[in-house]
Amino acid sequence: MKISYYPGCTLKTRAKNLETSALAAMDALGLEVEELTRWNCCGAVFSLADDDLIHIVAPVRDLIRVKESGHDTVVTLCSMCYNTLARANELMKTDEVKRKTINDFMDEEPDYAGEVRVYHLLDFLRDEIGWDKLKEMVKKPLTDLKVAPYYGCTLLRPADVAIDKPDNPRILHDFLSALGAEVIDFPGALQCCGTYQILGNPEAALSASKDILADATGHGAEALALACPLCDYNLGHKQDIMMTKYDGLKEVPIYYFTQLLAVALGLSSDEVNRFDINRESAKQLLESKSLIA
Amino acid sequence: MPLKISYRTINKEFQDKVKEISGQSFYKCFQCGTCAGSCPMSEQMNTTPRKLMALLQLGREVMLDEVNTPWVCASCYTCEVRCPRGIDIPRIMEALRLITLRQNRNQIEPSNLQPEEIIDLPQIAMVSGFRKFTG
Repeated sequence: MKISYYPGCTLKTRAKNLETSALAAMDALGLEVEELTRWNCCGAVFSLADDDLIHIVAPVRDLIRVKESGHDTVVTLCSMCYNTLARANELMKTDEVKRKTINDFMDEEPDYAGEVRVYHLLDFLRDEIGWDKLKEMVKKPLTDLKVAPYYGCTLLRPADVAIDKPDNPRILHDFLSALGAEVIDFPGALQCCGTYQILGNPEAALSASKDILADATGHGAEALALACPLCDYNLGHKQDIMMTKYDGLKEVPIYYFTQLLAVALGLSSDEVNRFDINRESAKQLLESKSLIA
Repeated sequence: MPLKISYRTINKEFQDKVKEISGQSFYKCFQCGTCAGSCPMSEQMNTTPRKLMALLQLGREVMLDEVNTPWVCASCYTCEVRCPRGIDIPRIMEALRLITLRQNRNQIEPSNLQPEEIIDLPQIAMVSGFRKFTG
């Protein structure tokens, strides 16, 4: 089964570690993915205004590229890209009036009506491989690694594009359990990290992120696993600033879920995982648990 | 705080504009406060989402000029999934942002970003931030 892969902008620059680890892991799992030969930025956030359809054109163009490639499924790795593409797809499927306006506007493109299935890699793994089979394929179980699954917002909300139950998701929990990790449940798993407020109101974003980190470590987490490069930026990249700003905040490594997948599948090389982009403690923790050499 | 309500304090045109852009009815709100209690950013807001709904119901456009709520909202959708009245509150926040932004009143100026910030920030942070804070 061949599927299209939509990377999105950040995976080619700041979040190369998300892409390299995911591609290597998908290859090891026997999933054949093909990056779209032409793709554009999805717009990162879905337009929430009834009179603003122009910002829906970009994600719809990407979906048309998937259809043109002859595939009926596209998989994304970035949570924000997933949300934007999935919501644009829902709109084209369900809103007849807006669908016609957008299709008429893009008269150079073939008409589109939501024919493509938009997946995030997490629900793709659940639906196409399944946790039991994934468990069998694990070569290096992440035994004794206490990981807190951090969902954030865009994989779960709004409900019509949620990859699991929006109020009580288990998907990332089950994924980490299949890899053999000790899963640490914490209430902050569904809370927003502050997202783009890091630009508009950095104090607000840092305060929201600090609460999540303190909650996770307070529940005994040694690390967080997530899927969104903006969450990774706020929670990981900005951690040094938060530690100087807020007393008692403990250092905690942040991993992309794909990096833990790759390590569990026995893919431990630097080229695959690019831990050099993560916090320094990310590689150190896995080394201390003898999960990577 | 007591609010004086009369036909002079209700700006119907403003109410209609919010309804038209958001596609949502703030009249559905029955002030339960679930949104305010769930909002991860409410600590930073000078007016909670619940109170903002009340101001919209009363058509208080002048008071909304001083409200920072839509600019602190992260569109995380926690309020939307929990609202017992099914109001898509983030769409109302977007409408309020757009009413200002469409008057060329940007909340951040991309040209003021320092080169080191631009190198440091992931693209999704900049694209989403510019989408929410510039016209």
